[in-house]
Amino acid sequence: MYSNMLIKNGHIIDPSQGIDGIGDILIEDGKIVRIEQKSGSLEAKKKKNNDFRTSELPNFQIIDASGLYVIPGLVDMHVHLREPGFEYKETIKTGTMAAVKGGITSVCCMPNTNPVNDNKTVTEFILRKTYAEGSCYVYPIGAITKGQKGEELAEMAMMHEAGCVAFSDDGRPVMSSLIMRRALEYSKALNVPVISHCEDISLSEGGVMNEGRLSAQMGLRGIPYASEDAMVARDIILSELTGGRLHIAHVSTEGSVRLIRQAKERGVRVTAETCPHYFTITEDEVKGYNTNAKVNPPLRTQRDVDAIKKGLKDGTIDVIATDHAPHHRDEKLQEFDKAPSGISGFETALSLSLRLVYEGILTMSQLVEKMALISARILGIDAGTLKVGFDADIAIVDINKEFKVKSENFLSKGKNTPFEGWVLKGMPVITICKGKVYDWRQNE
Amino acid sequence: MVMAKELLNKKDMERIISRIAHEIIEKNKGTENLCVVGIQRGGVHLAKRLANRIKDIENVDIAVGSLDISLYRDDIGIRKEQPVVRKTEIPCDITDKKIVLVDDVLFTGRSIRAAMDALMDFGRPAQIQLAVLIDRGHKELPIRADYVGKNIPTSMSESIEVQLEEEGLEDRVLLQT
Amino acid sequence: MKDLVGIKELSRNEIELILNTASSFKDVLRRDIKKVPALRGKTVVNLFFEPSTRTRTSFELAEKRLSTDVLNFSVPTSSVVKGESLFDTIKTIEAYGVDFIVIRHSSSGAPHFIARNVIASVINAGDGINEHPTQALLDAFSIIEKKGSLEGLNIAIVGDILHSRVAKSNIYLLSKFGANIRLIGPPTLIPDMADHNVEVFYEMDEGLKDADVIMMLRIQMERQGKGFFPSTMEYFKNWGLDMRRLKLAKKDAIVMHPGPMNRGIEISSDVADSGQSIILEQVTNGLAVRMAVMYLLSGRGENV
Repeated sequence: MYSNMLIKNGHIIDPSQGIDGIGDILIEDGKIVRIEQKSGSLEAKKKKNNDFRTSELPNFQIIDASGLYVIPGLVDMHVHLREPGFEYKETIKTGTMAAVKGGITSVCCMPNTNPVNDNKTVTEFILRKTYAEGSCYVYPIGAITKGQKGEELAEMAMMHEAGCVAFSDDGRPVMSSLIMRRALEYSKALNVPVISHCEDISLSEGGVMNEGRLSAQMGLRGIPYASEDAMVARDIILSELTGGRLHIAHVSTEGSVRLIRQAKERGVRVTAETCPHYFTITEDEVKGYNTNAKVNPPLRTQRDVDAIKKGLKDGTIDVIATDHAPHHRDEKLQEFDKAPSGISGFETALSLSLRLVYEGILTMSQLVEKMALISARILGIDAGTLKVGFDADIAIVDINKEFKVKSENFLSKGKNTPFEGWVLKGMPVITICKGKVYDWRQNE
Repeated sequence: MVMAKELLNKKDMERIISRIAHEIIEKNKGTENLCVVGIQRGGVHLAKRLANRIKDIENVDIAVGSLDISLYRDDIGIRKEQPVVRKTEIPCDITDKKIVLVDDVLFTGRSIRAAMDALMDFGRPAQIQLAVLIDRGHKELPIRADYVGKNIPTSMSESIEVQLEEEGLEDRVLLQT
Repeated sequence: MKDLVGIKELSRNEIELILNTASSFKDVLRRDIKKVPALRGKTVVNLFFEPSTRTRTSFELAEKRLSTDVLNFSVPTSSVVKGESLFDTIKTIEAYGVDFIVIRHSSSGAPHFIARNVIASVINAGDGINEHPTQALLDAFSIIEKKGSLEGLNIAIVGDILHSRVAKSNIYLLSKFGANIRLIGPPTLIPDMADHNVEVFYEMDEGLKDADVIMMLRIQMERQGKGFFPSTMEYFKNWGLDMRRLKLAKKDAIVMHPGPMNRGIEISSDVADSGQSIILEQVTNGLAVRMAVMYLLSGRGENV
C-alpha cells in the first residue's frame, strides 16, 4: 500500500478549482498536497519549472496518467447497499468494492434495509461495517418516517448526529402531504436535504412499466408519467411553503424536468438528480419481458430521454446518481410483474454518462460537477474535489478505452443490468480511495 | 449437378392408365363396390384419371376420393419442412367396399401404411388394393402393389419426379440423379 | 415456429397456415372416429395457474384427439402454493421430457419467460392481460366460416378491452387482415391501441352501426367498485347487447362471446340464444384450431 504518490501528466479536471489541463498531483499520507499544472491555465504558464523531479521523491509511487483524465472520485448520492437484511443481494463489502471499480469513492445508501435505517443504531451499524469492510466512504441516508411507513417522523436529528447526511423514504414515497410538510420543516433545523422518490402510488398501483401504447400492447400495467409529475409538483409546493431543502430523486419524465426548471426559476430550494438509464434507454428495453429493464420509476419514452438531456445541459438537473439497486439472479428470473425493480448501476454509470460528453451535451468538467462536486455540496460532505488538503479520492479515466459490458465480471453481487453486451467507450482505469490504489488494468 | 432422365412421356402414361384400368376391372370382375382413393398429392389426379378411364370402358361412374395421410405419418418431428394438411374426401361409406388406393410412386411403403391406417378410421373396407405409377424399390415394410405402371430400380440417392398436367406441367416422369 | 406465445409474434402467413390446417381438423372432427395418431408418443402438460374450465377442457380434448399423453398440472394441487418459483416448476416439468407446455398464467409474459427457458413448445392459453392467441385464432376461423374472409368487415369489440387478453389477441389478428375494428366501451376500460388501426366508440349505438360481427367480452364483476364503472346495472344500460341494439348492426351480423357469459350484464339472453349467435360454434372451432396449432408446432418447420 502506498499513501505517497505522484500522478504525472494526466489531464486534470477539477471544477471546484476551475482546473482543466495537463498536470501532476502530489499525494502524501493519502492527502493531496500539491497540484502543478503544465498547461491550460494562466497560472501554469507563468511558472517555469513546474515539473516534479521524480528522483526527489524516492518513496513515492509514480502513476503515469499520460493520455488519461484525472478527476475527483465520484460521489453517488443514491445507492442501495442492501446491508443489513438483504446480504444475498449485496453487502457493504461487495457494494463499495463495485463502486470503487466504477470510479465512485463516496456513496449515500438508502434506508430501505431490514431493519430500516430509521434510528441511529442502524446508522451506526452501517458506519461500523463500512469502517471494517468498506472500500469507499459510505454516507447513510436516514428514513423520513419510522419504518418508511409514512406515518410518524423518524428521529432525524439523532440520526444526523450519528452520520446521516440526508433523509428519504426512497421507494415508499411519503403519501401524506402533511407528513412531507413536517419533514421539510423539521429538516431545516439540521440543514439537510429531504430526498423525495416522487410517485403517487394510487396512480401507479400495480404498474410495472411506463404507461402507454407499449404497456397496452404488452399487457403490462402501466405507471403513468402523471404519477411522478403530480408528486414532484406537490413536493415543490411544499418546499416553497416550508423553505425546506428538497432533492428530487431519479427524475424520469419530461414533466418533472419542466416543473423543476420552473421551480428553480422561482427560487425554490430544490435540487434534482437523474440516473444513467433514464438518459440512455427507453421503455423499448422492456420488450420481450426483460426483467433487467424493470426499474422504478420505469424507463420512459424518447421524449422523456430528450427532455432529461436538456435538463442536464441547462442545469435543471444537478446530479447524476446511479440508483444502484442490486438484486439476486433468482429474483429477476421470474414473471415480469413479480420481479423486483432495479438496475445494478455502479460499474456502468461513468461509461454511460461519458456518452453525454461525446454527444456534446456536457463538457467533461460539467460531467464531473454532476457526478461528484454538486452531489457533495448538496450533502455537505468533503468530497468531489482535488483541493489541497482533501483526501486523495481520485478516478483516473481512459475515455478512449472500449469495453463490452459483461455482468459476470461485475464486482457487485447484482448482475441485473439492461446494458449486458453493450460496447461502451471510456472507463475508470485507476481508482484511488482511502489511500489505496486500484489499478483495474491489471485484472485483464 | 442434377441430371434428369425422362422415364415416361405423356403417351406412355396414357397407356399405363389404360392398362391399369383394364386390370382393375378384370381383377374385380367389374366395378361393383369399387371406390378409387388417391393419396395426396400425386395420387389424387391419377385416381381421377383411372376412374375416367374405367368409365370410358365400362360406362359406369365409380366413386373417387382423396386421402391426406399427414396425420398418420410416422416421421413427424424428424421432418424439416412444415407439415401441410391437405383435403381428405371420402365420397362414400367405405365399409364393405373394395378400395383401390392410388399413389404416384411406391418407395419405402410408409405412406401406404399411413394411408391404410387413415382409411381404416373411416370404416371397414372389404379389401384394399394398391395401384402405383412407378415402383422404385427400397421398401421398408411388407407392402406390394397390385397394379404397377412401371418398375424402375433406383438407388437411394436418386429421386423420381412425376409431373402432371393437372398441376400445370407436362405429363412425364423424370429420374433425377 | 417453436412456440405460440401471441398473435403479435405471428405473421399473416403463419396465421393463414394455422387456419387452413384447422379446417382439415374440423373435417376430422366430423368423422365417427375423431381421433388421429398424429402426435402419438408426444407428451403435453397443461399448466394452469389460473382457474379455467373451458380453455383447459378444449385443450385437453384437442390433445387427446391428437393421441398425445396428457398431464394436467393445476395450482391448488401443485407445489407452487408451497412457494416454488415458476422457473423451478417448469424445469421440473421439463425433466419429465414433455414436448408441449400449454400455459395459463396471471402474469403477462409468463409464456415468453417459459419459452426462453425450455426446449418444449410453449402454447399460451392466456397470460395476464396480454394475449389469448388460440381464442383469437378460433374467432377468426369462426368469422371466416360465416363471412368468407376478414378483409373489410366491420368488427365491433365491446366491453372491458383493457383487461381482456381475448380482445387484445383479436385486435392484433384482425388488424393484420384488414378488418375495420371498432372498440366500444367505457373510456376507463379502453387502452391506447392506436397503433392497430382501431376506432373507439364510447357510444354503443353508434359503434354498432353496420357491424358485420359483434364480439362481446365478459365483464369481470371485480372491476366494479374499483372505479372502472359504477354498477353492472349502469354498465348493461350503456354497453350491454340487447335485441334493440343488435338491430343496429347489419341484418346478417353475427354475435360472438368467448364465454363464460354474464347474461343480463353484458349480453341479454334473447341475443345469446338467437340465430345470430355463433357462441356454441366457437367452442367446436376451438378444438380444431388447437389441434392445428399443436400439430404445426410439432412439425417445427423452418420454411414458414
